Amino acid sequence: MFEPTELNAHNWRIEQGMRVLFLGMTLLLVLPVVIILAVLVYKGGPALSWAFLTENPTGGMTTGGIFPALMGTIALVLVALIASIPVGVAAAIYLSEYAPDNWLTRLINLAIINLAGVPSIVHALFGLGAFVLFFGFGTSILAASLTLAIMTLPVVIVSTRESLQAVPQPFREACWNMGATRWQTIARVVLPNAISGILTGIILEVSRTAGETAPIMFTGAAFFLPFLPESVFDQTMALSLHLFVVATQVPNVPESLPYGVALVLIGMVLIMNSASIALRMVLRNRKKW
Amino acid sequence: MQHEDVRDFHWYVDKAMASLVFLGGISAIVFIIGIFLFITREGLGFITDGLDLREFFFDPAWRPTSDSNPTYGAFALIAGTASITGLAVLLSIPFSIGAAIYIAEFAQGRTREILKILIELLAAIPSVVWGFIGLSIMNPLIIDMFDVPVGLNILNAGVILALMAAPIMTTIAEDALKAVPDRYREAAEALGATRWQVTLKVVLPAAKHGLMAAVLLGVGRGFGETMAVLMASGHSINVPDSIFDSVRALTATIAAELGETAVGSEHYQALFTLGILLFAVTFIINLTADLVMRGIKRS
Repeated sequence: MFEPTELNAHNWRIEQGMRVLFLGMTLLLVLPVVIILAVLVYKGGPALSWAFLTENPTGGMTTGGIFPALMGTIALVLVALIASIPVGVAAAIYLSEYAPDNWLTRLINLAIINLAGVPSIVHALFGLGAFVLFFGFGTSILAASLTLAIMTLPVVIVSTRESLQAVPQPFREACWNMGATRWQTIARVVLPNAISGILTGIILEVSRTAGETAPIMFTGAAFFLPFLPESVFDQTMALSLHLFVVATQVPNVPESLPYGVALVLIGMVLIMNSASIALRMVLRNRKKW
Repeated sequence: MQHEDVRDFHWYVDKAMASLVFLGGISAIVFIIGIFLFITREGLGFITDGLDLREFFFDPAWRPTSDSNPTYGAFALIAGTASITGLAVLLSIPFSIGAAIYIAEFAQGRTREILKILIELLAAIPSVVWGFIGLSIMNPLIIDMFDVPVGLNILNAGVILALMAAPIMTTIAEDALKAVPDRYREAAEALGATRWQVTLKVVLPAAKHGLMAAVLLGVGRGFGETMAVLMASGHSINVPDSIFDSVRALTATIAAELGETAVGSEHYQALFTLGILLFAVTFIINLTADLVMRGIKRS
């Protein structure tokens, strides 16, 4: 009944052309991830071994392992989490459950966007001026972790706020009708229903924190320190800075070493991200409302 | 009727928690103000102590370590940052918007999910790993392909930065496209428009504010990037003539030099002044992006 006219055929060709063009653009963006991973695995794979993960760097960082850097990154991330989770979750609860639609809320949202947008090196300057010098923590895990905590705070706030807002309003209303206070409702109904969503955000924050380099360069990460820190007031090596150091500062490094460090770092980060994505998908499928 | 006094233990807990989460809420404001105050506090001496604005903004000679006559001209550094960010955004805009259009308008079901996850993973690669990729993979590639002596240059850093800025631009652009109501699309389709015609004539114009915000945030991301730019740009003070010139960025200068300066010295304060400049510019970019986005919500 309908005969395709000349014009339609023309439009159809444009349609297909555009579809292929945009698909090509998308693939060109995502292809590098695959290529980079392949190259890192191919060149860094041979450097990986149990000893690489559990031994100190030796020979002026040209041989040996990355143990202190690995442990240092874990310590930095843990202290940063302890500092940022309570503040971030509190901020998200305020924004989702209490904040009226007024100028202060708009100001808070603007501050969050800016906190996420301030260059990492400016966070480093702030960490140096505030935590290392003004508060007198010195170059230490504490100063570096607090800097990281403030830098990654928006990640926690935004993801927690989203998962709190995803809890349906009738849940709250039902609880209020039983005579519960606002806080009882949040603690017993809203948070338990949002907890897994909050967790995905925290995993994302771990991944961001572990990969950052600039903010810890002058606040607590050391170039070379072949033993483990004993308290939060000690300096530490970190995986991200270690990659920078072996890639640019140390002469005569065998080629596979920086590739190995990069592979461990990106492996940690991508595993965390994949875990976060997987958790999010499981949650979405299981959602009861 | 006599009201029962409800101020029991739970009432006090409720009030206390309300105050506590309020403190958490305003913490972001406190931190932003804190960042500004502390970097100003460290850099102020340099600004009040006879900062020659003309030299700072227009002189390409950044020689802070000169014994006889140190000069603090940031022009070459600004040109370095501008050229790298400019190239990155030029490369990144078509691909990011194209990818956003494909994901939001063309892709369906599982394909869309997989593409979104890959974009998210692209965003997760740490800055220092990108820098290492620029150093070890892109550098020899550029030397081979373009037959130039050094592969650490604007092109290298620009391509790396384009890949780093692309996920944020794609994600925000996709959000902007998805925010266009479906009834617009349905109305156009009912008139016989193909999907591409719908996208070009209906969706893109309706989403233009969000797309602008996406580009602005991409610019902000590139502008503030530190480690990747430090490692991939060649790090030599230079007002560039071509994309094969090595340059040095504002961020990279701070990262490379701060460790060697004495606290409170003129050089140290000058680096904090660069920090103030970076803070101010990113603040303006983010504020503009926010205002542009607010524009869509109102209309």
